[in-house]
Amino acid sequence: MAGLDHAPPPFFKRGPAPLALLSFYVAFSIALFVLDLRFHALDILRQGISVITDPLQRLAQAPVRMLTEGSDYFLTLESVQEKNRRLEAAQLEAAPALTRLAELEAENQRLRQLLGLQPREKTAGQAAHIIYTARDPFTRRVYLDKGLQQNLVPGQPVIDEAGLIGQVTRVFPLSAEVTLITDKDQAVPVQILRTGLRSVTFGLGNGQVELKYVPANADVQVGDLLVTSGLDGIYMPGFPVAKVAHVERDSAYAFARIVATPAAAVESHTVVMVLDPRPAVQPHPDPLPEKPHLGTKASASPQEH
Amino acid sequence: MQSSHKSSRILQAARPWFIVFSLFMALLLNMLPTRQWPGMPDWVLLTLCFWHVREWRKVSMGWAFTLGLAMDVADGAALGQHALAYVLVAYGATALSRRMLWFPLSLQALHVLPLLLLAQAIQLLIRLMAGADFPGWSQFLSPLVSTLLWGPISLLLLAPQYQPVERDENRPI
Repeated sequence: MAGLDHAPPPFFKRGPAPLALLSFYVAFSIALFVLDLRFHALDILRQGISVITDPLQRLAQAPVRMLTEGSDYFLTLESVQEKNRRLEAAQLEAAPALTRLAELEAENQRLRQLLGLQPREKTAGQAAHIIYTARDPFTRRVYLDKGLQQNLVPGQPVIDEAGLIGQVTRVFPLSAEVTLITDKDQAVPVQILRTGLRSVTFGLGNGQVELKYVPANADVQVGDLLVTSGLDGIYMPGFPVAKVAHVERDSAYAFARIVATPAAAVESHTVVMVLDPRPAVQPHPDPLPEKPHLGTKASASPQEH
Repeated sequence: MQSSHKSSRILQAARPWFIVFSLFMALLLNMLPTRQWPGMPDWVLLTLCFWHVREWRKVSMGWAFTLGLAMDVADGAALGQHALAYVLVAYGATALSRRMLWFPLSLQALHVLPLLLLAQAIQLLIRLMAGADFPGWSQFLSPLVSTLLWGPISLLLLAPQYQPVERDENRPI
């Protein structure tokens, strides 16, 4: 401390004392920390800073990308042909279902009209590349190469070919942050495909998700597929989320401990699909028409009794 | 300009553009995907710490704060998390600089170790207080590796200042 404590001669301008500066910056950082984590009020500031850091990130990732793409370039013809054969076979397998899809959708819509149900929502979206994963060890997030410019908004679900990956949580001008379903704070309303039992999954932070608030005696088996239930108005119903890997029933607790492995390659993919946001659902159905003042009538006309 | 007291060698003044350049390169290094490997040092913190020990009149605490904010956004961490740690290390490094420079590099590294450990612990602590899960002890490898790198980094960043003012054919360095 000796270097800092002696008072500077008055003719050297050195600004405020180091300790004062330190207190100022510490207070400022803590204020930012609280505002950001508790009130989520600083997204504008984050967007502003990201305008500078985003190009830098891309610059830093460029050599890495060149290496991986360079190795792709030197792949042998054989492996490409092999991959092509595999894809053709997969497409052929899917052909019967796909060719009839249009007809089935039309039929479904007619039947729904007959039954007076709401028409099913269409899925649409845009493909995006994952440019890098967040280096924060406390969270599970990735960044996409699309952002405000491509009209992404917070809340959009993100899937890959096998199932749900996560949700767009922050949008920057040129990129967007996706919180993976394995993140500790990320909850997904799901139902078990086999039984229709509804529940919510939470990320465990280690690449798996946990099914919470399921009674200990509920019918859950290892291998059950969990799909989105669509109750939240964010995820459309029916996307595979995870497969039950482990069920532990302890009579001491009211709920079973159920761990599931994500269906999608949640932490190892490069191209994903960002689905368009669902149209806003009314949080409550229309209020019932008010009954003609039952309570007030009773209190206002006691002479009837 | 502060000379390296041990060698009694008079160094050239640090050039401001080189300080900015080194911090910029450290920022780029931090943004590489290798940062997620266990034990990778926080290059920005290490470089900041070095300049705060050597040139605390040129590199103010505001630099630490600004770079901290940039790292917060780049890492997707909570805003203010890196900024707080960097500012504390900057203050600590400045306070220790008068003492540290009398020691050889290996002992300087021992002075730096507690600072870097403190930075890591502060970040861990405030995130745990905010409700995050404990991510494992492996992140405390990073300050240890940074400490080992103190010597090489010091030599590298001091290299431009080792040049003599007047070039002499008989004395290449």
